Amino acid sequence: MAPILEIRNLDVRFSTPDGEVHAVKNLDLAVGEGECLGVVGESGSGKSQLFLGAMGLLASNGRATGSVKYRGDEILNISQNRLNKIRGSTITMIFQDPLTSLTPHMTVGAQIMEALRAHQNVSSGEAEKRTLEILDLVRISEARQRMDQYPHELSGGTRQRVMIAMATVCGPDLLIADEPTTAVDVTVQAQILDIMRDLQKELKTAIVMISHDMGVIAGMADRVQVMREGEIVEAGPVDEIFYRPKHTYTKTLLDAMPRLDRPMREGHVGLSPLSTISADQQLLNVEDLKVYFPIRSGGFLFRKTKPLRAVDGVSFRLRQGETLGIVGESGCGKSTLARAILKLAPKSDGKVVWCGRDVTFSNDAEVRALRKEFQIVFQDPLASLDPRMTIGESIAEPLRSLKPELSADAATQEVRAMMQHVGLEPASINRYPHEFSGGQNQRVGIARAMIVKPKLVICDEAVSALDVSIQSQIVDLILKLQAEFNMSLIFISHDLSIVRQVSHRVMVLYLGRIVELADRHAIYEDPRHPYTRALISAVLTPDPKAERSKSHDRLVSELASPLDTRAQLAFLKSHMIDDADAEQYRPQLQEVAPGHFVAEFDPE
Amino acid sequence: MFSYAIRRFLGAIPTLFIIITLGFFMMRIAPGGPFDSNRRLPPEIEHNIKAAYDLDKPVYQQYFIYLGKLSHLDFGPSFKNKDFTVSQLIADGLPVSAELGLSAIALALLLGLTLGTIAALNQNRITDHSVMTVAMFGITIPNFVTAPILTLIFGVYGVSLFGLDLSLPVGGWNNGAVRNMILPVIVLALPQIAVVSRLIRGSMVEVLRSNYVRTARAKGLPNRLVVFRHALRAAVLPLVSYLGPAIAAILTGSLVVETIFGIPGIGRYFTNGALNRDYTLVLGVVIYYAAFIIVLNLLADLLYAVLDPRVRYDQ
Repeated sequence: MAPILEIRNLDVRFSTPDGEVHAVKNLDLAVGEGECLGVVGESGSGKSQLFLGAMGLLASNGRATGSVKYRGDEILNISQNRLNKIRGSTITMIFQDPLTSLTPHMTVGAQIMEALRAHQNVSSGEAEKRTLEILDLVRISEARQRMDQYPHELSGGTRQRVMIAMATVCGPDLLIADEPTTAVDVTVQAQILDIMRDLQKELKTAIVMISHDMGVIAGMADRVQVMREGEIVEAGPVDEIFYRPKHTYTKTLLDAMPRLDRPMREGHVGLSPLSTISADQQLLNVEDLKVYFPIRSGGFLFRKTKPLRAVDGVSFRLRQGETLGIVGESGCGKSTLARAILKLAPKSDGKVVWCGRDVTFSNDAEVRALRKEFQIVFQDPLASLDPRMTIGESIAEPLRSLKPELSADAATQEVRAMMQHVGLEPASINRYPHEFSGGQNQRVGIARAMIVKPKLVICDEAVSALDVSIQSQIVDLILKLQAEFNMSLIFISHDLSIVRQVSHRVMVLYLGRIVELADRHAIYEDPRHPYTRALISAVLTPDPKAERSKSHDRLVSELASPLDTRAQLAFLKSHMIDDADAEQYRPQLQEVAPGHFVAEFDPE
Repeated sequence: MFSYAIRRFLGAIPTLFIIITLGFFMMRIAPGGPFDSNRRLPPEIEHNIKAAYDLDKPVYQQYFIYLGKLSHLDFGPSFKNKDFTVSQLIADGLPVSAELGLSAIALALLLGLTLGTIAALNQNRITDHSVMTVAMFGITIPNFVTAPILTLIFGVYGVSLFGLDLSLPVGGWNNGAVRNMILPVIVLALPQIAVVSRLIRGSMVEVLRSNYVRTARAKGLPNRLVVFRHALRAAVLPLVSYLGPAIAAILTGSLVVETIFGIPGIGRYFTNGALNRDYTLVLGVVIYYAAFIIVLNLLADLLYAVLDPRVRYDQ
């Protein structure tokens, strides 16, 4: 059977002030009728530029040469008018970040109808009808209302569904999806992939799935192409690639992928067991912590304020040398919780005891003194470093403000030693963050946090923005440093597989409250709360057979607004008062096994 | 949005009050007074005149008398233009000034938007470079230089093109005849055309690189729709923020332009009033200008919310 899309000898080059960048090198590929081709690679592998180049969507400094044939007709570098007959009609695309990829000042209905009317001669009434049907197909509830909403008024998952609706409304034969689930939560990711699988099955649409995530590829693709530095290093049927990889790069990618079913990571640094001596050393004791943000709304002149309960009564203890993993969907309050402990966010109520000392309402000077003992590593390594400071200065800065007695020479010595520790070349002390890769910058962020030898380090999505191979190196580094310095960690991540690898205990947060807290194995092997179960079932495994046989046990409801007091009772509806402003019952934690706490929920 | 507008109006009251107070006392600090002249008046007459205008009282009392009158919109009599109240004079000049200023703003927006968009769509090509070079001239050359040059070209030398007489009147208002308006409006708008086109070019280049413009192109929309429907509205947002300062610049620019072209707007009352120490007239004009700028700024902010649905003032 003739392929739908056939790419031959494609080169994509960008002219930049630093010379020409050859992003895609002499590449061949073909997509057949109704199949799903997975294109996997890390950032900078050219996987996105390959398809942007083929579709004439490169940035103005980019140039594509070679041949791209759609059903036998050349489409590379043809006139915009001719290309526009294919783009958006028979070949459509969806992009990574649905918020920035949708026009902010147009309603989503208008954007979908526009795609339809650009290619088919339909009346506006007919277009509206078709749009409603397609919104229904991508499982958007209350479609009629959604059509009149703007992208920023929708949740991330709904936005991505709108993108899919926009790309399917004309009935394409080929859908190119560029990292469609990278920016969304695991539960939403699972729903989006379900929708795409149905499209492929029911409408016989061929799909190109571009992703860095082996789990996504395993669950979707029929064939896989592995890309590195603009070239395809290995290609084949999905089972061949996953079970019998030939190229070392493919093996590295598969090996680096964190797996929920393999918490031990053979060949890597393991989690150091909690020593019995430190077991009773209570480092941090958080009791009933609450962080509310007043949200102003409505009213004339005098506006009402309503509390947004970002963290709503969280209690836990942390021992010396212990790692507590915190997981939950975006908006569950995990970052706010961490920041409140560090006093980077104001607390509304509750108690924080640090090494036996109540530090809940300590003043600025006391907090400054404590800064030496707890540090934080942020998500975006490049954005969290001052671009005008050399990395040496960035690492040395906590020393200068927290240990002012240190001489400049001694400080530099310490910086160099720490750089060595985190795997950075001490000779690069005078270089700037933009000269470094994401992984190296995150090493700088870790060195900056570690330089004052803190007792507690909070990693707030510290490895989320990194490629999998780099991610596993940084996880190795964090575990190694923890073993060396015997520090405690609070490891916040939306990635449940990584959390299982690095944490002694795991806390699951839902809308500012703990729904489950247990030992790392207990929570994954014996999850009790329906929310925890749904989260775990949504995690993808880089194992095509397991993915195919998996039952799809999905959370259907969207994450509700934290302003609505009923939302926390989504799993305990029997106690709910049906009033968005009422003071509600809060599900209480119950110890179901030693050390395994579960919030109350209605039996199903 | 409505309650936001009301709040902003109420918020403008203290601003206006501070402007009135500053204006009042700064005029009094300036040496001399409305009735000083080369020939000294006999003391009794001078005293009588001053008493008639309450100028014999201490300054703070005069201030409160003035505020009291203002509270029922009485701007008082002009000290120099006998038999006219300040309100009459302003009612006379304001329509002219407003027509001149608003036409200049409209021209600046229309041409600036067009030129900026054309430059952005031809980024780094010859069209782009020429538009931006001309714009740089517009920004750097002040209006009191462009005005006489245009006067020379279109008034004194009287250019003609293909037998068509292109000479234009260089003075007077002639009840707002279009021919009379052309030169002053161009002089007033020129620097703003330049700023607006540079601003639009910059934001348009940025928006054309954005993800949602890429999505629009991927949908196979014709270029015209991509630019007008998806890009332009987002690209004008920075311009809306600039509208406030632009309006202030055009209004102050009109002081000079009205004088050069002999236009009977309120600008000349302002300059003459300030030179003659016509306290009430100057203050009256200042209050009008301030109110005008405040209202137009508010409109610009409201326009921002209309253009960008993400901006909601009532939250």
